[in-house]
Amino acid sequence: MSPPGRPKGEYRSAPHEGTPVRPLAGYVFRLYVAGQAMNSAQAVANLNALCRSHLPGRHSIEIVDVFREPGRALADGIFMTPTLIKLAPAPVRRIVGTLNQTPTLLLALGLEAVAA
Amino acid sequence: MATRRVQVEQGLSQPGRARRVRLPPAAAIAKAPTGIRGFDGISGGGVPLGRTTLLVGGPGSGKTLFALQFLVHGARDDHVPGIFVAFEESARRVVANAATFGWQLADLKKKRLAFIDAHPAPDLVQSGDFDIGGLLAALEAQMRATKARRIVFDAIDVMLALLPDEASRRRELYRLHEWLLAHEVTAVITLQSGADESQATVQQPFAFVQFMVDCVVILNHRVVQGVSHRDLRVLKYRGSGFDENASPFLIGASGLEVAIARSPGRAGVPVSGERVSSGVARLDTMLGGGYYRGASVLITGSPGTAKTTLSGIFAEAACARGERTMFVSFDSEPAEVVRNLASVGIRLDRYVKNKTLRMVSARLITGSEQTYLDRITTLAAEHDTRCLVIDPMSTWSRAGLELSAYGVAERLTDWAKAAGITLVCTRLLDEMPGPLAGGAPLHISALADTWIHLEYLVQAGERNRGLSVIKSRGTAHSNQVRELILGDAGVTLADAYTAGGEVLMGTLRWEKERAEHLATETAEASRTRRHLRLDAEAAELEEQLKSLQVQIDAKRAEMALLAHATHSGEENRSQGRSRMRELRGADSPTAGRKSGTA
Repeated sequence: MSPPGRPKGEYRSAPHEGTPVRPLAGYVFRLYVAGQAMNSAQAVANLNALCRSHLPGRHSIEIVDVFREPGRALADGIFMTPTLIKLAPAPVRRIVGTLNQTPTLLLALGLEAVAA
Repeated sequence: MATRRVQVEQGLSQPGRARRVRLPPAAAIAKAPTGIRGFDGISGGGVPLGRTTLLVGGPGSGKTLFALQFLVHGARDDHVPGIFVAFEESARRVVANAATFGWQLADLKKKRLAFIDAHPAPDLVQSGDFDIGGLLAALEAQMRATKARRIVFDAIDVMLALLPDEASRRRELYRLHEWLLAHEVTAVITLQSGADESQATVQQPFAFVQFMVDCVVILNHRVVQGVSHRDLRVLKYRGSGFDENASPFLIGASGLEVAIARSPGRAGVPVSGERVSSGVARLDTMLGGGYYRGASVLITGSPGTAKTTLSGIFAEAACARGERTMFVSFDSEPAEVVRNLASVGIRLDRYVKNKTLRMVSARLITGSEQTYLDRITTLAAEHDTRCLVIDPMSTWSRAGLELSAYGVAERLTDWAKAAGITLVCTRLLDEMPGPLAGGAPLHISALADTWIHLEYLVQAGERNRGLSVIKSRGTAHSNQVRELILGDAGVTLADAYTAGGEVLMGTLRWEKERAEHLATETAEASRTRRHLRLDAEAAELEEQLKSLQVQIDAKRAEMALLAHATHSGEENRSQGRSRMRELRGADSPTAGRKSGTA
């Protein structure tokens, strides 16, 4: 999932169906959020909904709150929140925003074929 | 109360200073110097400390450089750590581009200057609304690490453009602004304006930023008649006065340099009463002893009226006195100038050789008139110049706007005065009926201390060069138009002959001179003749006097002889008589003598 030793964000415990830690051919997401900001909360909700409908059982999500871990925002170059990084499968992609435009999002994540 | 007493005490110890301070220091807005030459003067010390400044400008207007220089100055000279947030170019490229200015960014980067690459990745996908929480968090982390007090956001519009609507852009900028104020960092935000406009109302989407921030500076880059012009203007500055006019600036060897027209150093410059020879003795006489040291001299005239020659002879005279001199030629190559001046007996080559004289070809300089000024002042400082010749200035105004050319002329004369440099400029006046009718477009005529005008006077089918002193501040000067003669031996001013209210020149003068010469010769001859005649007469009389003297002497000798003869005869006779009486013994000798004499 995420590199060991790094503290987890508060959204770590958000409900996402108790998926296995690193499923084969699974999707690994990291979502950077800014505290309790409205758009960050929306992004979390949207990501969860998307994973439920398109990737049941084959994803993991790490949520990083930049206000709690500003060092990570600096190190990872996260300046806009919320930012979603798809770490696996390749290629790595960055998606900025509330993740509410589903077609764009699916295209970016390469999920269209799966959805069809 | 305590501070007040301190102030009063200071006031007592420094009475001159106390009068100037009207407000307690706390009320005056604190400023963060930018280290940009001239800008700190315009703004009264720099950008507002702990507040936000907005830089607005089109592409290539120098926003990034301004912002970076502000950070570098803080980090290097004031030891204030800074953060550069690059939205437009990658931080590495910003550093690479700034390498030419010798700021040792690599060195500073290690210690006090952090670069954050906030350049959005090209493959970034955007889906819905977002905010800059991540940026603020990252800045927070960076500030904690380096204790940065200065932050630059370069081209923040790049990130804002990703936001879906106007309301969210506004919201994010306010968020940033609030954050900056809360952290009391001195921030500079750069923002692009429309490509062209100088009037610099920021592009509509970001217009509100101007109202939000405490200080707005507009940078312009225009091309007028093919010549690039840069200027900047402070649009607003809360809580502080500032120079409201646009000031030209240029990107020099060490960064941005803003030209200030009214150099503050001017007031304290000592005024010299020392005279400097113009190189032409008779011109010095006309000017009551020469130019003043540190004066600005303007020589105007049509093409070929010997402006260059007159300035060249000044340079030669300066070099002969051992003063370091610089000759800036806009028209010709230095070697040509030296050769051409040698033809009238002005030998500059030896001074070029011994490095007293530095010849500069300004044809190699391109850019706005401000660039010229900067290059010339830099070169002059390098050469430690005391006398400076610029030949001609007119090329200068061709390369610029009339208005800014005036500013440049003003700055040039101010600079020369402040540096105590005697400045001789020539200026071409073509197609001008008279110097006063048209006026010199570069307006240096108003700024010059001495204005010498050269013109062709057409008289009796000839063109002759006439020289007149139109003005010369602080010196009595001749009001006469004099003829300027160029010869193998140099420049001379001819004697002036007036006939019927006209000054005679050329052949007419020559004729007049000739006639006068003939008259003088004739008079001289007749005088000599008369003298000789009188001499002869005197000699004759003297001769006569001599012969008469001889005659007188002869007569005197004769008379003496005569007297002698008479006396001795008498004696003989009386002796004979006494003897006879003795012999006769008849009378007593006394009686006999008595009777003898009776």
